[in-house]
Amino acid sequence: MNIMPYLIRGLATGGQFALVAIGYTMVYGILKLINFAHGDLFMVSGMLLIYLVADFPTMPIYFSILIMIVITVVIGYLIEKCAYSPLRQAPRMSVMISAIGVSYLLQNLVAYLTGGISKQFPELPFLSENIRLFGVKDKISVFLSPILAILLTVALVFVINKTKFGMSMRAVSRDFETSQLMGIKINWVISVTFAIGAFLAAAGSLLYFSKNTGINHLAGSTPGIKAFIAAVVGGIGSVPGAVVGALIIGVVESLARAFDLADFADVISFALLIIILVVKPTGLFGEQVREKV
Amino acid sequence: MKFWDKNKRLICNLCFILLLFAVLVIIQYTAPSTSMWFSVIRKVCTFSLAAVAMNLLNGFTGLFSLGQAGFMLLGAYAYSIFTISSDMRTTVFRNYGDSVVTFCLPMVLALIIAGLVAAFFAFLIGLPVLRLKSDYLAIATLGFAEIVRGIVQLTQFGPVTNGPDPINNFTSPKNILVYAAIAGICISIIILLINSTYGRALKAIRDDEIAAEAMGINLAKHKQISFVISSFFCGIAGAMFAMCNSAVSAVSFTSAMTYQILLVVVIGGIGSISGSIIAAFIYYASSEWWLKFLDLETVTKTGTKIPLLGPGFRMVVFSVLIMIVVLFFRKGIMGTKEISVYDGIIKIKNLLCGKKEGAK
Repeated sequence: MNIMPYLIRGLATGGQFALVAIGYTMVYGILKLINFAHGDLFMVSGMLLIYLVADFPTMPIYFSILIMIVITVVIGYLIEKCAYSPLRQAPRMSVMISAIGVSYLLQNLVAYLTGGISKQFPELPFLSENIRLFGVKDKISVFLSPILAILLTVALVFVINKTKFGMSMRAVSRDFETSQLMGIKINWVISVTFAIGAFLAAAGSLLYFSKNTGINHLAGSTPGIKAFIAAVVGGIGSVPGAVVGALIIGVVESLARAFDLADFADVISFALLIIILVVKPTGLFGEQVREKV
Repeated sequence: MKFWDKNKRLICNLCFILLLFAVLVIIQYTAPSTSMWFSVIRKVCTFSLAAVAMNLLNGFTGLFSLGQAGFMLLGAYAYSIFTISSDMRTTVFRNYGDSVVTFCLPMVLALIIAGLVAAFFAFLIGLPVLRLKSDYLAIATLGFAEIVRGIVQLTQFGPVTNGPDPINNFTSPKNILVYAAIAGICISIIILLINSTYGRALKAIRDDEIAAEAMGINLAKHKQISFVISSFFCGIAGAMFAMCNSAVSAVSFTSAMTYQILLVVVIGGIGSISGSIIAAFIYYASSEWWLKFLDLETVTKTGTKIPLLGPGFRMVVFSVLIMIVVLFFRKGIMGTKEISVYDGIIKIKNLLCGKKEGAK
C-alpha cells in the first residue's frame, strides 16, 4: 500500500491545525485562558471570504483576502477587548465561561446570517490548483500548508525570542504584575497577541477551507478542538510545541485513515490527549510549573 | 414549640416544594395537551438535575469538569437499551440482527442502572484524570466525553448500542409529574449530601485544597466521591433526556450540551442549588418558548416587516443575553445563596409592618 498520499495529507492538515494551535497556545501562555472562541474565529474568517467574493465580484481576489485578514484581526482584537479584558481580575473560571459564551455567540450569529446553510468556499487562484508532487496529485494548498506553517512559526519564534516586543510578551506570560511594574503596557501586549493569533487563524482558514470547501456555522468546532489538542500535546504555552503537536495529530489521524480506522480517527486523537495529560501533563515541550502555597 | 423553632426553615421549604408540586399537578390535568408547558417542564426537570449535578462538582468541590455530556450519553444509552419493549427490539436493531440485551426492565430499575453505568465509567476515568489541575481537568474530561461519543457510534458495537442509528421505542412516560418526581428525589439526595460531613469536606477542598488536606481530608478520595456521585446523577439526567425525546442518538450529546449546562449553572450562580433550578427554568422556558417569536418573520398591521426578526435570531439574542450575564452579573441570580422561604416571609413581614431588620 502506498502510504505517501496519507502522509502528505496528514502533514497538510497538521500544518493547518498548527496555525490555529499557535493562537491557542499564545493566549494560554499569557492569560492562562483556553480561548474556546478561537475555532469559531477560524470559521468566521472563512465565511468572511465567501461573502467578500460573492458581494464584490469585481474586486481582485488578493484584495478580498487582504480585507478578510484585516477584518479577522479586528474581530480577534474586539473579542479580547469586549469579553476578556473586563474580567482581568476575575477568577480564571469566569474568563473561560466568557470564552464559551463568545463561541456560542459567534456560532449563532453566523447561523442567523447564513440561515444555517452550508456555503461553498471560492476557488482561489493559486491555492486551489491541482499539481502532482511525489506521485501524489492534490491541491497546492495541501503541499503548501506544512511549509507555510513552519515558516510562519520560525518567524514568530524569532519575534518572541529576539525582539523587544517578544521580550515583553515573555515577561507578561511569566509574571503579570511584575511586568506591569517594569513599565510594560500589558493590555497592548495582550491585544497584539490576540491579533497575531487571529492573523494565523485567518491564514490557516485559507489553507484549510480551500481543501475542505463546505463551511457552515459549526465548521470551526472540529478544527478548533483538534488544534487545541495539538497545543496541549505539544505543551501549552510553547509555540514550537504547538506546531509539533499539530503535525503529530494530523499525521496520526491521516494514518488511521490509511489503515482503515477512519471511524477511530477522532477517538485516537482524544485518547492521545488523555494519555499525554496523564503521563506528562505539561505536554512535550511544556515547562514544569510548581504551585506555590 | 421547640420543634418548630428548630425546623421552621425546613418545614417552610417543604411546604413550598409541595406547593410547586401541586402547581405541576394542576398543569398536568388542566392544561390543554398542546400547551408548551409540558415540553418545557420536561426539559427543565432534566436539565435542572444535570445542572445541580454539575454544580456539585464545579460549585461545591471546585473541580472544573466538562464531561457531563459524555456521562449523560452513557446514562441515556443504558436506560434506553434496558427498557426497549421486547416486541420492537428486532425492528430497532434490524441492522445488527438483535440486541445483546434480551429483557426489558421496569423504568425505575433502568434509571438506577443508567446512573450506575455513568458512575462506573466516572470511577475508571477519575482514577487518572482527577490528579490534573483546573484547566487540564476540563480538557481531559471534555476529551473523554468526545471519545465516548465516538466509540458509541462505531458499528462494531452495533448489537449493543445500535451503532450510529438512533434507539427508540423504549419506555418514555409523557406525564410531567414523573419527571418532576425523579428530578426532585435526585436533587434532594444531592442537597442531603451537600449538608453532610462529606459536603463540608468538599466545600473545604473548593476553598483551599492544601488547607483541607492539612485538616485531614483525604483529597483523592473526596474528589473521587464527588466525581462519581455527580456522574451518577448526570447519568440519570441523561436517561431523562432520552425519555423527553423518546429517541437516543449520540449526535445530540456534543460538547455544546455541556456548555449549555455550564451556562445554566453560571446564570443560576456557581454554588447555589436553588439558583441552578431557577436558571434551568428561565433558560429553557425562554429559549424554547418565550423567545420563540423572534424566529418568526412578523409583519405589523400597517404592512411593514419588523426588521431583524427571522430564523435563528432568537439564538443571537439569547447568546447576547448570556454574554451580558457572564460579563456584568458574574455572581448569577443567586450567587452562593439558597432560597429560604421562611427568611423571605420574615423579610416581607418586616417590610409590611415597617420594622427594621434586627429591631426585635
